[in-house]
Amino acid sequence: MNINVLFKKKKPKEDKMSPDFQPQEPDLLYREIHMNGSPPIRMEAKNLTVKYGTVTGVKNVSLPVYNEKVTALIGPSGCGKTTFLRALNRMHDLTPNAKVTGEVLLDGNNIYAPRVNPVTIRRKVGMVFQKPTPFPTMSIYDNVVAGLKLVGIRNKAFLNEVCEKALRQAALWDEVKDRLGSPGGSISGGQQQRLSIARALAIEPEVILMDEPTSSLDPLSSSKIEDLINDLKKKYAIVIVTHNMQQAARVSDNTGFFYVGDLVEFGPTDKLFTNPSHKRTEEYLTGKFG
Amino acid sequence: MKTLRQRNIRDYIMVSLLVLSTVLVLTPLIIIIGYVIINGLGAISIDFFTQELGSPARAMQGRPTGLVHSILGTLVVDTIGVILAIPIGVGAGIMLSEYPEHKLNPLLRVLNDTLNGMPAILKGLLAFAIIVRPMGTFSGLAGGVALAFVMIPIIARATESALLTIPWSIREAGLAIGLPRWRVVMSTIVPAARTGLITGFLIAFARAAGEAAPLMFTSFGNNYLPTHWTGMIFGPVDTLPQRLYSLAISPYAEWHTMGWAAGIVLLVFVVALFTGAQLLTRQKAL
Repeated sequence: MNINVLFKKKKPKEDKMSPDFQPQEPDLLYREIHMNGSPPIRMEAKNLTVKYGTVTGVKNVSLPVYNEKVTALIGPSGCGKTTFLRALNRMHDLTPNAKVTGEVLLDGNNIYAPRVNPVTIRRKVGMVFQKPTPFPTMSIYDNVVAGLKLVGIRNKAFLNEVCEKALRQAALWDEVKDRLGSPGGSISGGQQQRLSIARALAIEPEVILMDEPTSSLDPLSSSKIEDLINDLKKKYAIVIVTHNMQQAARVSDNTGFFYVGDLVEFGPTDKLFTNPSHKRTEEYLTGKFG
Repeated sequence: MKTLRQRNIRDYIMVSLLVLSTVLVLTPLIIIIGYVIINGLGAISIDFFTQELGSPARAMQGRPTGLVHSILGTLVVDTIGVILAIPIGVGAGIMLSEYPEHKLNPLLRVLNDTLNGMPAILKGLLAFAIIVRPMGTFSGLAGGVALAFVMIPIIARATESALLTIPWSIREAGLAIGLPRWRVVMSTIVPAARTGLITGFLIAFARAAGEAAPLMFTSFGNNYLPTHWTGMIFGPVDTLPQRLYSLAISPYAEWHTMGWAAGIVLLVFVVALFTGAQLLTRQKAL
């Protein structure tokens, strides 16, 4: 069953409310791009600037996110990686003082255009956070299907199907299939993080943003998440912020290096790690600072 | 540098002062509870919980008399108050904690604190103006509204602090899966904070249950049970705190004793609520 069928029935009003946001038929768009031989771009930031009051977190960054590829964002702490990531699904909307200028295109449409509902954007651009965030009062099952159940989808068979699929995709099914009813907080940290990923996958987004998804996990759990990212990129566009340069080198196809709010360099991971064009990038990668 | 002996003496003095203040805090409580029980126990009987008060002659001639109408009235008026106050107070609390950027938020914060600090009798006046005057009669409903004004600011503050204990990351996780903001609050934040919310309700309830002033010109008081139960909502009705006051200023010794007994009932009621709140809070810490 296609999930979008359910949403269109459920939310005719929302579509009316955002006439500026009329997604093009994605299949058409990508077929065209594939035929032209260039990698398909799922999202694209254009001259994106994020300010907190008078402090500029991200300065005039332009960066493409390719479909079915992993884009890693690396750089020292406080250099705007997370700020940039959060701008990609309008997470800054809730931060008082935060001001975003420039454009972020999702399938060619600016998500910051007037009257675009951030909720519709976030259904297409999912996010996984640094710390696992299972909803405290919900069971594992309810956590996974929260994004569907809480917007009014009650079809049990469909929810069961989505739950199993998402948990399998997140490589968690075998570990929790016998205790889907136990609290989301009762499983280990690494499992909780995969639960958070399953929850993001359940709503079938187009892009998955990951903000240091392994930084609070042990090495074994981290490697499971990395394997998972490799699997997921067959279907999704993934953007991952990481402090761990080896991780960026292992999982990503493209890497952007952020330094003090600037995107210093962006390119294929192989090239950036072996033959960076900027001195700053080289210094960071070789451990001279950061 | 002071000697070890001097430091020990200083430590001893400080601890003694702390013990002294503890004793000073506990003394009035013990005196009140003890005195109320000693004076009121004599009037506690089955009649006390089953009979209505009636005229002073009943008590003086030894006919059965009691405060069942006050006890039932208290339950009715307090319940009306809670039913009105919880949705409004929780709503205001959600606004305070979840929508910090909303234009009304700072205004609400100031007004809520002002309402909390306002003398309860003024809240009674307000209920008099908006309920008693238009209805043309004192009523349990008006009393409930007055008590709701007492409870709302307490519930709003308690709700705010309970919701703020839930980490911000949970809200972002909810938003990140494309849930509208109010849905995130209602389905993830409020359930997670439920123990804190219930504790807040109990504290607000206990506080309002002891109020006499806002009821004087709203529920007004009544020596009898209404002939039909709806009379408790739409007609003048008795409540324990206010009955305690009326009995205490009456000229009859028998009524004075009953006043003390009313005090016992009220104390047990309020202490039970506070203990419930304490137990819930402790459970939360575990």
